[in-house]
Parts: sequence; structure tokens; C-alpha cells
Amino acid sequence: MTESTMKAPKKALRPVKWMRENLFSGWFNTVLTLGVAYMLVTSVGPLLNWFFLDANFVGADASDCTGAGACWLFISQRLNFFIYGFYPDELQWRVDAMFLLLAVSFVPQFIERFPGRKWLGLFGIFGLPVVGYFLIPGGAFGLEEVQSSKWGGLMLTLILAYIGIVASLPIGILLALGRRSEMPIIRGICVVFIEVWRAVPLITVLFMASVMLPLFLPEGVNFEKLARALIGITLWQSAYMAEVIRGGLQAIPRGQYEAADALGLGYWRKMGLVILPQALKMVIPGIVNTFISLFKDTTLVLIIGLFDILGTVQSTVTDPAWQNVAIEGYVFVAFCFWVFCFGISRYSQNLERKLDTGHKT
Amino acid sequence: MGNPMTDQTQTSEMQTQSQAQSDKKPGIIRVEGMHKWYGDFHVLKDLNLTVDQGERIVICGPSGSGKSTFIRCINRLEEHQQGKIIVDGIELTDDVRHIDTVRREVGMVFQHFNLFPHLTVLENCCLSPIWVRKTPRKEAEASAMEYLERVKIPDQANKFPGQLSGGQQQRVAIARALCMKPKIMLFDEPTSALDPEMIKEVLDVMIELAGSGMTMLCVTHEMGFAKTVADRVIFMDGGEIVEEAPPHEFFTNPQEARTQKFLQQILAH
Ligand SMILES: Nc1ncnc2c1ncn2[C@@H]1O[C@H](COP(=O)(O)OP(=O)(O)OP(=O)(O)O)[C@@H](O)[C@H]1O
Ligand SMILES: [Mg+2]
Repeated sequence: MTESTMKAPKKALRPVKWMRENLFSGWFNTVLTLGVAYMLVTSVGPLLNWFFLDANFVGADASDCTGAGACWLFISQRLNFFIYGFYPDELQWRVDAMFLLLAVSFVPQFIERFPGRKWLGLFGIFGLPVVGYFLIPGGAFGLEEVQSSKWGGLMLTLILAYIGIVASLPIGILLALGRRSEMPIIRGICVVFIEVWRAVPLITVLFMASVMLPLFLPEGVNFEKLARALIGITLWQSAYMAEVIRGGLQAIPRGQYEAADALGLGYWRKMGLVILPQALKMVIPGIVNTFISLFKDTTLVLIIGLFDILGTVQSTVTDPAWQNVAIEGYVFVAFCFWVFCFGISRYSQNLERKLDTGHKT
Repeated sequence: MGNPMTDQTQTSEMQTQSQAQSDKKPGIIRVEGMHKWYGDFHVLKDLNLTVDQGERIVICGPSGSGKSTFIRCINRLEEHQQGKIIVDGIELTDDVRHIDTVRREVGMVFQHFNLFPHLTVLENCCLSPIWVRKTPRKEAEASAMEYLERVKIPDQANKFPGQLSGGQQQRVAIARALCMKPKIMLFDEPTSALDPEMIKEVLDVMIELAGSGMTMLCVTHEMGFAKTVADRVIFMDGGEIVEEAPPHEFFTNPQEARTQKFLQQILAH
């Protein structure tokens, strides 16, 4: 056989061999394996019963929940509230349209060969907020206005997280660049900004945004509470983002900066074409980590009276019409968060793999 | 050391081409009384050098003598504090526009290649022509392919730098600098990070480039290269230009004691 036709030998995957090597490779591992297997068998049964077999799925109100299992009825009956908050029923198509656009922009990102997925992604990042800005509040193009105080549930969670994520990344990049700038004034401003915002808990930021900010604003200028919360979240998040990105910038070897300089690229092209693509790629795990924590931190808006998905569920489980449904409610909330956070995480892994261009010079 | 780095055809090609280059601009690089300090450390002391268009200068000297610092001052990767550096009629000052103009005309090749790992070989070569020179993409790519052919790696155009050998990477780096169609090329020890068997492939490319009439400033310890292509050899020590002579004179009849000592050391092994 010549060298060019020789293939690397394939590793055979044999279940019995695998188990012997990994699960029963000694008395200690055997005991562990058996112990874990026992726990799985004893706990899976009851969990399965509670979640599915004894659970109630159909019916109209609390009285139909009879079984010993979960009362999923509660979720399906109040789903509308959990998703849209107090958004008027007849206008909910506007929110649905946004959900649809969100799915259309981002689901294809998981499909390797989807035509035009790059454009869909760009639309998702830049176009979606613009469409949403007109569609959700209404008040223009003959759309009936819906006050932001009526927004709530999953929709509100997504709005907060989405705007927070999309806006904090570019601001974070600018802050990170500013902090490494050679101009003392710019560097000073960025350092102060980052250190002030990063040192404050998000709850405090939200309180200040909802209670204190109006005191400083001139008479007549009246931001909505939601907008104030959004600004607070975005700025707070940007400070974190800036530090993550700065880590990436610092990890780029000096030779890269010099090569870009020697080619006469100038500051912005050097950063935009050479340094940032490498730095951002390097800190994708950190960026995604920050995104995911922001996504979950949005639940804190409960404290200033905005009803995100956790808020809507919380207020319903205390509703006298429904009793003992707290677990179902929280499981549902946890599941919703998990779906989105897991999606973000998987996407970032995809991205890392795709952007991997072999070892560095 | 001392092996002849070129063959007959290249030498004759070089001669005909450099003869064709009749209208040499005098003093395309002019360094006048230049000093540089790193903090309190006086790295470069009163350097004076005039390089005409098409001249090929080799700079050598012991480690730490300021060779890198000197050629990096010429495209202002380092700032000088006193004296003048005038490149292609433009004086290097704090003015960012002047710096960018000069950098466009001066290509640089580094010891550690410094290719952009996130871009393919072709993209590395096209980046600056497209974004700085505003060359249309098609044209930039065609021209980049020509240069990649010239450095004999057109077949690697769509690979990433991380997939190439050191010698190949350095040839890409040379092609990338050439794609800007610079008037001057600076080389900072382009072969000293390479395995011995790759040195020749890079030197061959540089010799070919020298033959085409490019103005070149090379920091290198490859004395064979210096003998073959250099018009002048400059010896630096302790931040000063100690001696400056055509290669034949430099190697056979060095005037300064420090030069003699350096040559003994470097030719000994
Ligand atoms: N950024 C810097 N800050 C302070 N000192 C520096 C810096 N860069 C270089 N030096 C010092 O300046 C002197 C000259 O350095 P340079 O790199 O120019 O030497 P070189 O001749 O290129 O040496 P080599 O052959 O080892 O590359 C050295 O003593 C070095 O320690
Ligand atoms: Mg050096």
C-alpha cells in the first residue's frame, strides 16, 4: 500500500469493552457504578410518575387537578399570562411575529448549510431590535399603542436580555479599547466608568434607575420605567463585557499589532480587521458566560415592579384559585431559562469550532 | 557559513535588472543625527545613513546592538527622540497621517512572521491592498496570487498560516508586504527563527527580490546573503554605526577592531 492511500486506523467502539474499561475497572468504580445505578432506578420512577404518569394535562381549572402528580394544567391555563403579561389578547400577534422573526433569524444558525444564514443572523442582531421598537409598543403606522407597563412574562424577559446583550457588546468593545488607549483622557474616562459600574450590584442599579434617576432628570422628561431599567442593565453589563474583551485584547501578541501597523492599516482598521476578530474569538466562552448570567439576572427587575417570566409565575402561584402549584410554576420557569441558556451555549460552541483556524503563529 | 547563496542565472538576472533601473532616486531614506532612548537607556546614538533607491543594505552586529530598534524606527514602530528620519521625502514626526503614508511605502518582514492567524494566506495578502489602497477585491486577489507565485507557494493560498511550515509562513509574510507594492522593504532577521533546511527557501526569495531592484534594508546574520546581494554592509555595536563598507571590503579588510572581532566570531563556526 502506498502512503497516499493509507488511512488512519479507526477506533472501534464496543459497548461491552467500553463498560469494562470505564464503569467496572476496579472494585471502587464498580461500587460507584452500582450505587449510582441504584439511585437512578429509585428516583427516576417517582420523578417520572410526578412529571408524566400521574400528572394532569387537560381540564379547565384547579378542580381538574386531582392526581398525585404535577398539575401542568396550571401552566397551560395561564400560559398566555406567562408569555405576554398583560399585553392585550387581540394585539398579541405582534409579539408572536417577533417570536417568529427571532426563531427565523437564529434557528438557522445551528444548521451548517442553511442558505443565507449569515444574513439572517445579521438581521437578527441589527434588524430585529428596529422592528421590535415599532411593533411591540405600537403607536406608529396605525398600530394601537400598548403601554410598557402592560408588557410582561417571557416576552419581557427576552426583550430585557436581548437589548442588554446586543447593546452591551459594542459598548463593551469601545470601553475595552478605550481602557487600552494611549490617550490619557479617554483611558481615564473608561477606567472610571468600568470600575464604577462593575462595583455596583445590579439590584442597586435597578433601584437607582427606577427611583433616583427621575430625581435628576429635568421636569417634564419622563422615561418609562422599562427604558430606565434597560439603560441601567445595558451600562452595567457593558462594564463586565469590557473587562472580558480586554482580557482578549491583552492576549494578542504584540507582533500582531506591529504587523498591522507596518501594513499601514491605521488604528480602526487594525483593531477591526486584525485584533478584535482574534481577541473576540479567544474570549467567546467569557462573552457567552456573561450573556447567560445577564439572561438570568433579568429576573431581578421584579424588584422594581416589572413582571418578567418569573414575576408572572410568582404572582400566579399565590393566586387563591390555584393551590399547591408552586413547584410546577418554578419547574416551568427553570425549563424556559434552560432552553434559552442552553441554546446560547450550544451556539457558542458551534461558533468556536467554526472559527478555529489552527494553532497560532 | 560562507556557502554561496545563489546560482548563476539569478546573479545575471539581477545585474540586468539593476542596470535597467537607471533613474535611481537618491536618498530615499535619510537618517540624520538620530538618537533614541528607552527611558534612560541610550539605545541609538547619532546614527547617520543615506540609502538610495534600489540600494541593498545589510545591517549586522552583536545581539543588543540596536539593529532591530534602528530599522523599526524607519517605519516608526519605534519613535526616535532626536534627529531626523526622512523616508521618500516625508519626515517622520508625530503626525499620524505622515506615519501612515510612510508605512504604506515601506514593507516589513519580521523574525516571527506575524501573519494574521485568523485569515487565510490570500486574505493576509489582500487585507491591506483592499482596505488601505482601496484596490478592488478581484484585482487585489489576482495581484496577491502573482506575488504568491513569486515566492513559490500559490498552492497554499487558501490555507491558514497555522497550517504552514515556518519557511512557508515567512515567504507568505514577504508576499504580504510586497502586495502593498512598497518602495522599500525592511527585514528584521527574517531567517533566524527558521530551521536550517528552510533558511535557503526564504533567502532565495530575498535574493530574487534584490535582483528586481527593490530598496532593501536587512538585519541578518546570513553573511553569504550579504556577500551575494548587499551594496553596503553596516556594522552596528552599542547603538552606533561602527563601520560601513561594500561587502567585499567589509569581509576582507575591516577597518575597526570591533568589526574584526565580530567577524572572527561569526565566521569561526
Ligand atoms: N521596549 C524596550 N524597552 C527597553 N529596552 C529595550 C526595548 N527594546 C529593546 N531594548 C533594548 O535595546 C537594546 C537594543 O535592542 P535591539 O532589539 O534593537 O537589539 P538587536 O540588535 O536587534 O539584537 P538582536 O540581535 O538580539 O535582535 C537592547 O539592549 C535591548 O535590551
Ligand atoms: Mg533584533
